[in-house]
Amino acid sequence: MNRVPFANASVPTAQLHREPRDLLRFITCGSVDDGKSTLIGRLLYETKVVPEDQLAEIIRASATGDAGSSTEFAFLLDGLVAEREQGITIDVAFRFFATDRRKFIIADTPGHEQYTRNMVTGASNADVAVILIDARKGVLTQTRRHSYICALLGIRHVALAINKMDLLDFAEAPFRAIAAEYHSFAQSHGIADVTAIPVSALKGDNVAAPSTKMPWYAGPTLLDYLENVEVEDRLRTAPFRMPVQWVNRPHAHFRGFCGTIVSGRVRQGDEIVVQPSGRRSRIARLVTFEGDLAEAVAGQAVTLTLTDEVDVSRGDLVSPLSAPAGVSEQFEATVIWMDDDPLLPGRSYYVRVGTATVTGSVSTIKYKLNINTMEHLAGRTLALNEIGVCTISLDRPVAFDPYAENRDTGGFILIDRITNRTAGAGLLHFGLRRAQNLFHQAVEIDKHAQAALKAQKPCVLWFTGLSGAGKSTIANLVERRLYALRRHCYLLDGDNLRLGLNRDLGFTIADRVENIRRAAEIAKLMVDAGLIVLVSFISPFRAERRMARDLLEDGEFFEIFVDTPLAVAEARDPKGLYRRARRGEIKNFTGIDSPYEPPLAPDIHINTTTTPAEAAAELIIARLVELGIISRDLC
Amino acid sequence: MTLDHLQRLEAESIHILREVIAEARNPVILYSIGKDSSVLLHLALKAFHPAKAPIPLLHVDTTWKFREMIEFRDRIAAQLGFRLLVHINREGLRMGISPFSHGSAIHTDVMKTQALKQALDEHGFDFVVGGARRDEEKSRAKERIFSFRTAQHQWDPKKQRPELWRLYNLRIQRRESIRVFPLSNWTELDVWRYIHRENIPVVPLYFAKTRPVVERDGALIMVDDDRMPLQSGEKPTMRQIRFRTLGCYPLTGAIESSAATVSAIIDELTTSRISERQGRVIDRDSVASMEKKKQEGYF
Repeated sequence: MNRVPFANASVPTAQLHREPRDLLRFITCGSVDDGKSTLIGRLLYETKVVPEDQLAEIIRASATGDAGSSTEFAFLLDGLVAEREQGITIDVAFRFFATDRRKFIIADTPGHEQYTRNMVTGASNADVAVILIDARKGVLTQTRRHSYICALLGIRHVALAINKMDLLDFAEAPFRAIAAEYHSFAQSHGIADVTAIPVSALKGDNVAAPSTKMPWYAGPTLLDYLENVEVEDRLRTAPFRMPVQWVNRPHAHFRGFCGTIVSGRVRQGDEIVVQPSGRRSRIARLVTFEGDLAEAVAGQAVTLTLTDEVDVSRGDLVSPLSAPAGVSEQFEATVIWMDDDPLLPGRSYYVRVGTATVTGSVSTIKYKLNINTMEHLAGRTLALNEIGVCTISLDRPVAFDPYAENRDTGGFILIDRITNRTAGAGLLHFGLRRAQNLFHQAVEIDKHAQAALKAQKPCVLWFTGLSGAGKSTIANLVERRLYALRRHCYLLDGDNLRLGLNRDLGFTIADRVENIRRAAEIAKLMVDAGLIVLVSFISPFRAERRMARDLLEDGEFFEIFVDTPLAVAEARDPKGLYRRARRGEIKNFTGIDSPYEPPLAPDIHINTTTTPAEAAAELIIARLVELGIISRDLC
Repeated sequence: MTLDHLQRLEAESIHILREVIAEARNPVILYSIGKDSSVLLHLALKAFHPAKAPIPLLHVDTTWKFREMIEFRDRIAAQLGFRLLVHINREGLRMGISPFSHGSAIHTDVMKTQALKQALDEHGFDFVVGGARRDEEKSRAKERIFSFRTAQHQWDPKKQRPELWRLYNLRIQRRESIRVFPLSNWTELDVWRYIHRENIPVVPLYFAKTRPVVERDGALIMVDDDRMPLQSGEKPTMRQIRFRTLGCYPLTGAIESSAATVSAIIDELTTSRISERQGRVIDRDSVASMEKKKQEGYF
């Protein structure tokens, strides 16, 4: 470097001994009412961050009424005019303070339900969460929500600041009760390390200085806790990972791959693999401005050179040959939606994983999570601040680790391709490539042998239509006629399957798809056994009926559309379901609040308003004769 | 081996600068000549090594900067090998805009905010890197590291992109831009400690020295050249002062100090309870004045 020969006289470093040695990022969760701003203000004040002129400003602003006439510490924190007007904090704000031990970065996020997005953002880079509880109110729904989000984003250490102890005369019993309740809740969510601390942010008890009013409490103050909490740096012992940010080619003789080591360590000479391409090489040099390193560790921003001329570009991941990351283009993932426009399965988004940007889409939403109750809910889409477990497909493979093992190689964002907004964030669970290891086992007594024994041609008669359209009635009549003709057949009824095999499935879009998939697979097995299979399922989506057809051979699948207008089906309402659906007691009811996609070209079309059930059954039998499924001789 | 807090801040900033060089079509470093800019240039050298300063510097010159700042600017840019672009709002100059005749608000708007927009439009920069820190001022605390601006250079605090992990969304349409703040998570003290550790050159005005000043509205204003009109009865006095921030000399208050070295400054800061921007006249124009300026396009 060209040192500029002036400015700084050399100084003895002894004067700088108070420099913090470490950096801790934490998130604060709670609402205005819990005294969160007061607590942060108190921390900043006690660690001498609040300057005198800012205190003067607080007094000046409150005198003019600008601050909602608050002279609390809270006012120090409200950074934006819009927030001051609303009297709430609406975004993630970052605050800093330092002690002799550590520098702290606080991600200060609001506790309101509609701002899940901000909490997720703040939690994504935090090692520790400070969760505030108003001692008078105890563990609330919002407490559970905050804790769940922190656990989801991989925070393992929680300081439970039970605040406003002064309003309970610093009594021990309520503190113990809240701490116990929270502990059992936290354990069930995988938050192993919880430290409950009784505080009064307003009076300062147990924030920085130990309280004299709670002699029954022998634990750390909040600041003690933050200074000493051991954030086990799992990333240091995890396998080496470096997403390549930029290829540095200042001249023809140097080709360096720049990036931040997100986990593990790397040494000169290490064997590496570039992912997803799988190309192998060795580390030639670890280049930095200060000179080459023999070894580099997690957290460092370095430049690697390799011993071979391999093709490496932005978006690639460098891993050790002995412990590579996974590579996949399909995943199960948790998605947190952050955009006003909902997530639509099938829609194409930019997906950023590590330094790679690819396009991809969510194929299915398996379920949504109610983050207050942890219930799994049905959902076709995810709205702003909703969280769902989804399968996602990318247009090409990327290198990854499960989020639970590595935040940097397991987290991703979804970007709207039209607006360029960051529309969602996600956590990768695992790649979906299980089908690779399974092989079909050939059987000797095959479908044709089975069918020959029964002297019939096996097939699937797929009855589709609205609830109450008359599918089961007609299918029953057809089955009786086939039985009378000594045909071997079986009727798969939607309700019956849901009482047994499919009783784990609900009526979500994803569950309906799975319901149909299973019915189609069973029907296929039965066709293999030589049977004529009658399937009576609402099966509302063309895509899934198409899937069932594709499972079978040509000439084995007959789609029978039992066509009954909604008004007629609703008027019949044999099971009383429409009435309940209209009253809102049944969600996702086909025709009411869930769509039905009629067949465009059914093999057999039955209009039940003009054709009675018996006539319909005869029509189907006649058609089966025509198609050669049933011999004419039998009839 | 574990990284200490300055090493972690440094690595984060380098990561951010490399995101810029990897994604930007036409990036620039907005160089303000202050200590934060000095750190920023040092980090850029590290981030792009062994390549030599692949991003140009832009200085928006209001023509009212301290003379020592301008000398320092030209020398540093040349020594470190950066291409230096200087933009002055010629229109403003022609209109004779000055902080003395027009007041700080108009001067800042015309010679800084409007001038910056002119320069950005003229060069078509898509990524504009600055040295702002979140601890400087309250509205900065919520600023993103990559802060999106519309084609009109406007900032909408309600439409900021969430920043998760190290995954920044850097996608923009034509004419839109992103302002980048690699020092977001640094504090004033971190900056000085880093300057000390890395021996980074800064403008000598940061160090205490006897200089001519007048006291106006509670601020100590240095008489840097003869353009400063003295009010009746006003007489510059020689006092031992230094500056915590640098800007236009008529708008920048000095503090009385004897801190003549970096380590003395660090000692002073660890005992001081006065905020850094207290010397800045423009911040006091109205409550939340910085947020308004930022929405209008101020850096």
